[in-house]
Amino acid sequence: MNRNNSPGKSAKTRVPAVEGLHTMEGEPHLIGGKVPGRETYFFPKHLAGGDPAVGGALELEEVLLSRVGRVWSYTSSNYTPPPPFVAATDPYEPITIAAVELEKEKMVILGQCVAGVTPDDLSIGTDVELVIDTLYEDDEHEYMVWKWKPLEKVHA
Amino acid sequence: MEEIAILGVGMHPWGKWGRNFVDYGAAAAQEALDDAGVDWNDVGFVSGAITVRCGYPGYVAGSTFARALGFNGAQVASSYAACASGATALSVARGQIISGATDVALVVGADTTPKGFLAPNEGDRPDDMDWLRFKLVGATNPVYFGLHARRRMDLYGATSEDFAQVKVKNSRHSVHNPRARFTKEYDISDVANSPVVSDPLRLLDICATSDGGAAMVVSSMAYAKAHGVSDPVRVAGISTVTPTFPDTVIDLPYIATDSAAGTAPANRGFKTSIGDRVYAEAGVGPEDVDVAEVYDLSSALELDWYEQLGFCQEGEAEKLLRDGVTTIGGRLPVNPSGGLGAFGEAVPAQAIAQVCELTWQLRGHAEARQVEGARIGITANQGLFGHGSSVLVRR
Repeated sequence: MNRNNSPGKSAKTRVPAVEGLHTMEGEPHLIGGKVPGRETYFFPKHLAGGDPAVGGALELEEVLLSRVGRVWSYTSSNYTPPPPFVAATDPYEPITIAAVELEKEKMVILGQCVAGVTPDDLSIGTDVELVIDTLYEDDEHEYMVWKWKPLEKVHA
Repeated sequence: MEEIAILGVGMHPWGKWGRNFVDYGAAAAQEALDDAGVDWNDVGFVSGAITVRCGYPGYVAGSTFARALGFNGAQVASSYAACASGATALSVARGQIISGATDVALVVGADTTPKGFLAPNEGDRPDDMDWLRFKLVGATNPVYFGLHARRRMDLYGATSEDFAQVKVKNSRHSVHNPRARFTKEYDISDVANSPVVSDPLRLLDICATSDGGAAMVVSSMAYAKAHGVSDPVRVAGISTVTPTFPDTVIDLPYIATDSAAGTAPANRGFKTSIGDRVYAEAGVGPEDVDVAEVYDLSSALELDWYEQLGFCQEGEAEKLLRDGVTTIGGRLPVNPSGGLGAFGEAVPAQAIAQVCELTWQLRGHAEARQVEGARIGITANQGLFGHGSSVLVRR
């Protein structure tokens, strides 16, 4: 570790793994696009498709998407995905992935689940919330991404 | 829709041969020409299916294969539609034939595939959805297969054993296919003992990636007749439809679906609409189909296709499988070739290979894997980025 200027200091700079897709301050939200005057949302905004009711090449409004949803389906990646994926751990530990339906936007969004969640912890319909969490890190940075976290069960 | 004739088909065996993809395509093309009894110099159009994994020669596949056979002055085109590339290449050839631009065309695709997960292009590519899904989610292709398999379990009560039975069935078929890469007969315990790749799917539920090549010689019906072929297998329909907005089912390579908050989704989902189109073109329905080759990227996805192609109602695919309907000897055998589970995916060749198998089936030349009396066959195939295809052939 070449961190002579700050020995023992563990705080790394948090940066988004990819710019502009989610909030970094305050409440965690995905940043989506919305067709002006219509309830049509896209994520990510910069790769939005068109809504055929109004055509393409629109200037979309930037919106914060709902930060809670229900699991539409879920699975795992038990083997290390190829680059550009960077594993958070060495050796690689399987990640759990959920497709989550946002009620208001009526869209399904894919994401990793927070560490410690296995497929056995999920069902279709499980309530989850969005958090901003570490995707991977290097000596200086934590690279952040959105992840899904099951809401606490009301009765344990 | 006007029909075209399939005069000849050919395939280089699937495997992990590690040779130049051009070799596989040229071998398949030569076999198809020989099978058709058509002189290469009579071919007026070459329709290549592109591979994106073999450099520039792969991008200009049509021309690459034409050169390998010896440039003959034919017109040429190359098509890419991911796994549906072969069907798109066939569709381009059909257009040329029906328009009268050519009488006879060669359709050919081949690939040399690297080991392991299919991966996106290199570099920092945040504007590429295919890159984002790997970078931010780790969503390999089997992740999407796993999501869909889990839906079947939750919605329809499918079990891991049902999925394994698809593999077992197709492996039994593959034993009789000399062109398949994997010809071992598997049982349920083999599948159950293979490691989980993407829950609930195990290694033997998921198709490998392979090298291979496939080709067909197609012509106008008039050319076929003049050529002395009075009863050829015909292409009666080709579907390469895109989804309709909003597409609410998450699939490769997207990390989000469309939003249905402002526009209600169509009653028929994307994959169902692929079959709808091909049936409409051919003027037949699911009840007329004798044999099918469907894209079993995973065992569970084969079950999805039974429903999406209208072989049964939603949620009844497991029953169709358990009742033996889709096994050779059943009423509607599916993947008599052994399917992707036995071949492994050679992307640009696969949709062509499906039609090759159906051609042998409809000619009655499929030997020990023959579906008796097959007259109508259908293929189904899933690409990505809104690509998919279906081809309906009849005799």
